Amino acid sequence: MVTSTPIQSQTLAETWAHPLDQTPVLECRNLCISYFVRAGEVPAVVDFNLRLMPGEAHGLVGESGCGKSTVALAIMNYMGKNGAITGGEILFQGRDMRTMTAEKLRQIRGSKIAMVYQEPMASLNPSMKIADQLAEVPLYHEDISQADAFERSREMLSKVRLPDPGRIMDSYPHQISGGQQQRVVIAMALLSNPALLLLDEPTTALDVTVEAGIVELIKDISNEIGTSMIYISHNLGLILETCDHLTVMYSGEAVEVGRISDVFSRMRHPYTQGLFSSIPVPGTDKNARPLVAIPGQLPLPHQRPTGCNFGPRCSHAVSGRCDTSEIPMVTVNGDAGHKVRCVRASEIDWTARTVNVTQREPVEVGDVVLRVEELSKHYEVQRTGLLLVGETKTVKANDDLTFRAREAETVAIVGESGCGKSTFAKVLMGLEDATAGEVFLGDLELGQLGVRERDSKTVAQLQMIFQNPFDTLNPSHTVGSQIARVIRKFGVETDPVKIHQRVLELLDTVKLPREFAERRPRQLSGGQKQRVGIARAFAGDPKVVIADEPVSALDVSVQAAVTELLMDIQRDNRTTLLFISHDLSVVRYLADRVIVMYLGQIMEKGTTEEIFSPPYHPYTEALLSAVPIADMSVTKRKIVLSGELPSPTNPPAGCPFSTRCPYVMPGTCESTPPPERVMSAGHAIACHLQDEHLRAMQPVIEIDDTPDPPPEPELLPAAE
Amino acid sequence: MVDITPTRTTTPEPIARPPSTVRRWLESIALLRESWVGSIGAVIVLGFALMAVLAPLIAPYDPNLPMVPFAFPLSAAPDGGVFWLGTDHLGRDMLSRIVWGGQRVLIYATVATMAAYVVGVLMGLMAGYFRGWTDEIITFIANVILSFPVMVLYVLIIAKFGASGANIVLAVVFASSPGIMRIVRSLTLDIATREYVIAAQTRGESSWYIMLWEILPNARGPLIVDFCLRMGYTTITIGALGFLGLGLPPPDPDWGGMITETRSFVLAGFPHMAIIPAVAVSLLVLGFNMLADGLREVALRD
Repeated sequence: MVTSTPIQSQTLAETWAHPLDQTPVLECRNLCISYFVRAGEVPAVVDFNLRLMPGEAHGLVGESGCGKSTVALAIMNYMGKNGAITGGEILFQGRDMRTMTAEKLRQIRGSKIAMVYQEPMASLNPSMKIADQLAEVPLYHEDISQADAFERSREMLSKVRLPDPGRIMDSYPHQISGGQQQRVVIAMALLSNPALLLLDEPTTALDVTVEAGIVELIKDISNEIGTSMIYISHNLGLILETCDHLTVMYSGEAVEVGRISDVFSRMRHPYTQGLFSSIPVPGTDKNARPLVAIPGQLPLPHQRPTGCNFGPRCSHAVSGRCDTSEIPMVTVNGDAGHKVRCVRASEIDWTARTVNVTQREPVEVGDVVLRVEELSKHYEVQRTGLLLVGETKTVKANDDLTFRAREAETVAIVGESGCGKSTFAKVLMGLEDATAGEVFLGDLELGQLGVRERDSKTVAQLQMIFQNPFDTLNPSHTVGSQIARVIRKFGVETDPVKIHQRVLELLDTVKLPREFAERRPRQLSGGQKQRVGIARAFAGDPKVVIADEPVSALDVSVQAAVTELLMDIQRDNRTTLLFISHDLSVVRYLADRVIVMYLGQIMEKGTTEEIFSPPYHPYTEALLSAVPIADMSVTKRKIVLSGELPSPTNPPAGCPFSTRCPYVMPGTCESTPPPERVMSAGHAIACHLQDEHLRAMQPVIEIDDTPDPPPEPELLPAAE
Repeated sequence: MVDITPTRTTTPEPIARPPSTVRRWLESIALLRESWVGSIGAVIVLGFALMAVLAPLIAPYDPNLPMVPFAFPLSAAPDGGVFWLGTDHLGRDMLSRIVWGGQRVLIYATVATMAAYVVGVLMGLMAGYFRGWTDEIITFIANVILSFPVMVLYVLIIAKFGASGANIVLAVVFASSPGIMRIVRSLTLDIATREYVIAAQTRGESSWYIMLWEILPNARGPLIVDFCLRMGYTTITIGALGFLGLGLPPPDPDWGGMITETRSFVLAGFPHMAIIPAVAVSLLVLGFNMLADGLREVALRD
């Protein structure tokens, strides 16, 4: 559908003159923020507008470096020594914050505006009891007695649904879990009854099932207490669940602003569209509907192009129009609530499925390459007292794992922190010996064979891709020398000239320019480093590659490109991929078979199809419900787990999941390990629930199949 | 509306030529300009280094040649020259002795600190990388040495083995390598958890390869700063040993020794004989400390 309606460019004055009877809680007008560094002025945010009404939740979404956190810091006026607001204004409840005195600002911060950061542990003082830290807020901002302050703190802790507030009050931050810490931080933020709550990636450091609980809490805060919120996240799914409005930011500018429903179903900026087609949602599939990555990468703040910042990466860009002058924000179809920074917004056919989607044939899987038989890895943890040696505790990091992986197959291992997936990788790679059980690569048993006892061919056949792009390459050596070392070590080539040739070929394979061989890691972006990591893993022509969350630390638009690259190389080399992840969306997209782990044990295993449709293991069901999905057509059944992950040193005697399971059967689950129930060949669930109970489960995710919402009657622009 | 930076880079960013190692070093040194403390330190240290290298050209006389005793600074020399810094009680030219003594100090300080670094780095790498018993033993030995008063330790070593350049080096290695070991150990403990180290382990690299190639280069930042500080400490040590008569054997010039020999003449009206070498020691140490501060400041920025 091509709309021929001309988009009317409105002046800002007209836009803001929108009649409203309430004063906005926060208003940013043409806000510009710069950092001043050695190289000169770096504009971090340019021409940013925001209008937040009481009780509203507004999402700021964008990739790293887009300026979303800078906006939050500017609102709090925490710009640091080298940052400054260079233009525009920030009005808090109608008053300009830039003209306020330092004293006035301090009063507002913490009492009228509160902020919640990503790392809960960094927001809490480790040497103070929770009670004292919480009570400090009312004691500082109000005239209130100590006893009343404690009472208020206790009430607030129960409001953020912490069990046993009395015990929490009496604890130090390190004595409670990450999810509980973040609830305490939120309670602290709410204690002074703020008009505005800023949340900067508040759940990014938490596990998915814990995140789901916090998200639920945040939603209730906006519904019940009516606090206005600005929610900053890189995750569109989370924004969909928590906010009413959102601003999509790209390279320091807002590119699209609107109600959630408008932006999610009728996006009108190529970047927003690119973002949505690069995230795996139910319906995408590595063969039939692969992800479409946004080409290129984010420009550095001091190298932004003239005109549209997204222009160089945009498939709709037209030279002469997109790259000549500043692009203004324009309303979409005359709807003042939906604005976009694109000159071609009215010309592009937005309903067309993204271009150049190449469908691929599913890969035929081959013979079994990797067999894991009843593998266990236990650690002895000794509690040494001052004089006497204390009791020894056993941590069962891996308990009785059995599965197979075939040639060219992708097996995903899914689980949250502490589920034992990293330990499993270590045993497989030969960095730890198995306590019991066997691992066969082909015919060779590896469980007790340390990496140095393996011959170089075996080592080369089993390689790993790491999680953190900033940590995966040695910053002191060039990219080329690091790949060359692997080639030499694995005996692929010995002649220096041939080694160099092979390095260049590998760079071609991962689609990096050959010049990168001479570069050092810090000159590379996160996605490029991860590509080098992939090249390194594939240097010795491996049979099995373990990928430990290879894309989770990357930006959304880069994630798709790296995922697709990995899939392509795997397809070409017929490599077996063990994909370790906590992100079920990615797993659903790329895995052939899935293993769900919890506290070192396999809870459920089966094909991707079997895992994502009922019958489920109760944990899989909760995990599926917890993952935020950035798709309006998906409806989820809400299952929010209570409680926290048990400590691996003190797991429940029976089913490890029994402490949090909504279906727990007292008397059975806590004491007896669950039996393995085979639902169909290859699909097994470790659970006490009867077969008929399991089979009666309803799907967690329902997709509304109507392909696209019918085109709504276009609002005619106001008469010109 | 505010102007965005008018850089036009619609074409793909050209790939910069990787700077050579020398070039990168020069660039890092150039960064020192941003710290005035570091710049002053660098000028002082470089000045002394230049003086040491050019000693034969700078020193006007043989440092051990007795000429006119008790000459004050700027007095005329019998051969028509000038005693810029005067002469000492035996009539030796102070400037020449300071210059040649500076060369001595710098050579021994550098050699001793480097030797201490080799020992300390190796011990620290082993303790931090192998951990367990290796760590316990190395840390225990280091703690025992560190619990000794350093000066007593020096005196013991020199008294036992006699005063010579090699023994000064030995004493410094003995006394400062435990401190270096501690720094390297803590850096290693941190770096050993990085994924590139795990990647090296998973391809079966030897422990020494991992320690020297994967870990050590990434610990260099803090170590360079510490090296400068330790050069200062060692300079003090060499001065102090000389002062105690445990330095280089006379008559060769040694700043500490020069102070000892002439300190009885300070109250007799010839303070320059002791004050000038004392100032030289202080200035050099100050230079090293300021350089270290500057390097730290520059390293912390950006």
